[in-house]
Amino acid sequence: MELGRLKSVFHDSLEIPKETPVSDLEYRSSAQWDSLAHMSLVAAIEDEFGVMLDTDEVIDLSSFNRARQILEKHGVVLAD
Amino acid sequence: MLTDVFTLPQPDKEKQLRDELNALVSQHRQTCPPYARILDALGARGEAATLTELPWLPVRLFKTRKLVSVPEDQVIRVLTSSGTTGEVSRIHLDREAAAAQSRMLARTLATVLGSRRLPMLVVEGRGVVGDRRSYSARGAGALGLANFGRDHHWLLDADDRPDVEALRAFLDRHGHAPFLIFGFTFMVWTHLYEVAREHGLDLSQGILVHSGGWKKLADRAVDNAEFRRCFGVDTGLTRIHNFYGMVEQIGTVFLEGPEGGTLYCPDFADVIIRDPVTWQEAPVGTPGVIEVLSTLPTSYPGHVLLTEDLGVVHGIDDGHWPGKRVSVLGRLPRAEARGCSDTYPGGTS
Repeated sequence: MELGRLKSVFHDSLEIPKETPVSDLEYRSSAQWDSLAHMSLVAAIEDEFGVMLDTDEVIDLSSFNRARQILEKHGVVLAD
Repeated sequence: MLTDVFTLPQPDKEKQLRDELNALVSQHRQTCPPYARILDALGARGEAATLTELPWLPVRLFKTRKLVSVPEDQVIRVLTSSGTTGEVSRIHLDREAAAAQSRMLARTLATVLGSRRLPMLVVEGRGVVGDRRSYSARGAGALGLANFGRDHHWLLDADDRPDVEALRAFLDRHGHAPFLIFGFTFMVWTHLYEVAREHGLDLSQGILVHSGGWKKLADRAVDNAEFRRCFGVDTGLTRIHNFYGMVEQIGTVFLEGPEGGTLYCPDFADVIIRDPVTWQEAPVGTPGVIEVLSTLPTSYPGHVLLTEDLGVVHGIDDGHWPGKRVSVLGRLPRAEARGCSDTYPGGTS
């Protein structure tokens, strides 16, 4: 699967403009990714990749890169 | 019930916490000059031999002073809570403290919720999180718990009335397997219990986590026992966990055990009840002022706090989980609260 799908999920659920890169994004580092948006982001990731995250993983999902690693734990490997 | 944070018998906990909190006192003394000045003024020096000897701060100090133990550029979140008089506590978290508080709150609640996220009914309107720049305490509470759920359903409509049809739809979809209910105690009673009873709704698969105190329900003669009894009889809901916590010790909650009735302290926290006249520790069964201790506040000196709440220890190492069994009895009367800061002698006197 392509990493672009995860990028699209971040762009769409956090309402970040297409031209702004998301791969260095960290939780709370931008106004868009606050605790309310976090709920939408988690739900969107679960829908897109057909996974169900545990509470620990929701809390641990603190950056774009962590999201990628957590998905890998669920067997979803995203290629650059 | 599996748990990894309600494990330590009181003597073991006191030893472990004493060492960790002595270390925190010394760390904050070095990194937070106002805290160091307060300790100096109190004459607090050396290591405490017991938890009761640790120097405490009155919780209201966070409303009047900036108390932070990390450089400004490491603060990633400032939490605020409005007080009864409009004063606001400001709690500064760095990345490490913010991560620790989320993680330990999760481990505490996982004891009763499990690690899988359950469908979640929030006894609030979506409006409490409407203004993203400034959530109310209620909004922040709901969001803090939202990580434990999925398919969040907000019970109240735009006019803050329970939406019964939407609640029925939620129960049709999720009511046959465990689901999570969160809300403030008074809201849960008026907006969920009364509605569920009236409409004969089945909440028997629910796990309710609630907080906020009993003051508003005292007029209706509803205390914790009556709350539990009515929910059980009229809606089938029996898995109910009240909790006590405050923004000044974010991440630490004292949680009602599965048998119901009293709160337990997680391994990284404890409660001491103090006589409001002598400030000595009150014996088991005697009400007094609640002091809360926690190892989580590493970026601000909130590790030992005297609250403005009254409570009582019912027993030690005699319940479902080890440690102290505690109840919160309500707010300290205003006059006593003022007297308390006037006569505040510090924990080491």
